[in-house]
Amino acid sequence: MKTVRSNIEEKSSLKNKVFPGTYFWQGNEACAEGAIVAGCRFFAGYPITPASEIAEHLALRLPQAGGLVVQMEDEMASLGAVIGASWTGAKAMTATSGPGFSLMQELMGYAFMTETPCVVVDVQRAGPSTGQATKCGQGDVMQARWGTHGDYASIALSPNSVQEMFDLTIQAFNLAETYRTPVIVLADEIIAHMREQILVPPSREITLVERKKPTASNKAFFAFEEVAPMPSVGEGFNVAVTGSTHDEHGRRFTADAAVHQKLVKSLVGKILNNADKIVDYETENMNDCDVGVISFGCTSRAVYEAVELTKEKGVKVGFIRLKTVWPFPEKAVRDLAQMCKVIIVPEMNLKEVFYEVERVVHGTTSVVPVNKIGGSEMITPEELMAEILRSVK
Amino acid sequence: MTLPFCVGCGCVTVLSNFLRAVQELGHKDLSEFVFCSGIGCSAWIPSPYLEADSLHTTHGRSIPVATGVKLMRPDLNVVVFGGDGDIAGIGLSHLIHASRRNLDIAVVMVNNMIYGMTGGQVAPTTPLGTKTTTTPYGSFEYPLDVTRLVVSAGASYVARWTTAHGEQLKEAMKKAVTTKGFAFIEAASPCPTAYGRRAGFKDVAEMLQWFRDNSVSLEQATKITEKELNKKIVVGEYVSREIPTLTENIYKIVRGVGKGA
Repeated sequence: MKTVRSNIEEKSSLKNKVFPGTYFWQGNEACAEGAIVAGCRFFAGYPITPASEIAEHLALRLPQAGGLVVQMEDEMASLGAVIGASWTGAKAMTATSGPGFSLMQELMGYAFMTETPCVVVDVQRAGPSTGQATKCGQGDVMQARWGTHGDYASIALSPNSVQEMFDLTIQAFNLAETYRTPVIVLADEIIAHMREQILVPPSREITLVERKKPTASNKAFFAFEEVAPMPSVGEGFNVAVTGSTHDEHGRRFTADAAVHQKLVKSLVGKILNNADKIVDYETENMNDCDVGVISFGCTSRAVYEAVELTKEKGVKVGFIRLKTVWPFPEKAVRDLAQMCKVIIVPEMNLKEVFYEVERVVHGTTSVVPVNKIGGSEMITPEELMAEILRSVK
Repeated sequence: MTLPFCVGCGCVTVLSNFLRAVQELGHKDLSEFVFCSGIGCSAWIPSPYLEADSLHTTHGRSIPVATGVKLMRPDLNVVVFGGDGDIAGIGLSHLIHASRRNLDIAVVMVNNMIYGMTGGQVAPTTPLGTKTTTTPYGSFEYPLDVTRLVVSAGASYVARWTTAHGEQLKEAMKKAVTTKGFAFIEAASPCPTAYGRRAGFKDVAEMLQWFRDNSVSLEQATKITEKELNKKIVVGEYVSREIPTLTENIYKIVRGVGKGA
């Protein structure tokens, strides 16, 4: 295994390839490299802490892979440019944090409505508003589901390591291409700024998905029974893309209730009916536990250790670690609820995933939140262990 | 098929002159074009009735979307249509930055001095004192001279005409489409429904006459007092030059990186 320290000279020698090997990267760096491996060839972004390193790293590396990086005048323009690039057939990405993600919401809705594949990285920080710009938070969970107006279903992935900043960014592109939808990489400042060992596998071990392209005679490009093939502009398809209610041909049809119902239900069903294929999570001790813990992102790092500590005290903890926050893995959560009398939900916000768990278990199990905001300190293994022990008494 | 525009709407003049311009440039169809538009009546000029690729985006964001399209497909002619509210109201920042970058697209801003589609609210281009639905006692803001702003921002081609100058508008569109770099056309346009009625115009013929009576050329404008000029529309070609475009600048770098390093 080749070990390469990440510094500028060595990075530039890698050119357009990300050579297999073991590296020591920052989370944001790993996200950028994952995008390159996934085939991303357009990045438009705006500086924001704690995501700026993604833009900076891609500005250096993406041109080496034949891609373009442009810094736009604001986050709305960034997502706009990404959408435009996606309609030329390119895999495109932007990266931001809470305040920027808020600005992007109208165009997120446009991307959902027009079924434009793209990846939007939100490196969460403490909010709301400007909040604690340099400190961690996990408060964008609900925004990643319902940030824009209207009904739709989103996909949001939650990396909890530098390895996953790489792996889940690739997965985000694959999901975007498969389901013709924006996919959110819901990272957080701690995972984004930490440095860890990361393994880049040989390219034959990495699966990449490309969007389905239409045949020449195909004229229906939107909201089908299954995911419609996606034409690119400039290929003679005369594709009409609109954020207004439209039929399968992209024709605006706002006066017809039936068209609107079909369209919106298709957009929602496209994701939720395929939840089983999209949902991704890690579990342990599901079949033999007294207490359950459901966690994601940086907080889950403490859970691993808390579980070990409580095992020593003779308490068996089953846990689900969410790799997809949306769609929410309802079945796995219900399974955990069957086994335990208590499910603990630790998060660096004031109850977001908690409400989802409560909704899903529907009163069959007690759900206990553990919340810490303020960014400077994560929920510690000791704090978690104390809560776990408290709940089994 | 009937177009959705009101009787007398300037959008029809803009659309027909654009198609004539494209035809006179030798295009047999619109296969080499991609149209981006935002929200408003003018955004319906290219979408959805043209047989072409069109991206009907959100309000004010057609220029960023056009940026993504043009950068990845520099071989295509990317044309943006929008109203004054869309391009110079909510989308003003994007207009300035695209001009600054010398992004190689053409933007046609149909200026009817009002937010027409939503029923006639005051716009950044509405003359001082005009009665609109949100300024029923008369507007209290000075209007923006969008053309001069775009000139300052660094475009390669800038022209202003009114829909009463159909022939000149068509010629300007030919130039805009073939210009290397950011091309901007402001087309002052009559909106009898949302603007004209409340501003005291009897009908569209009166509005077009008003355009004709109050248009002065750039040369004539130098001979009029500033006070007089405030009531005039200064028409003509403001800028026509050639400097490296955004696509050229960015691709030069990318190609260099790809080869070297």
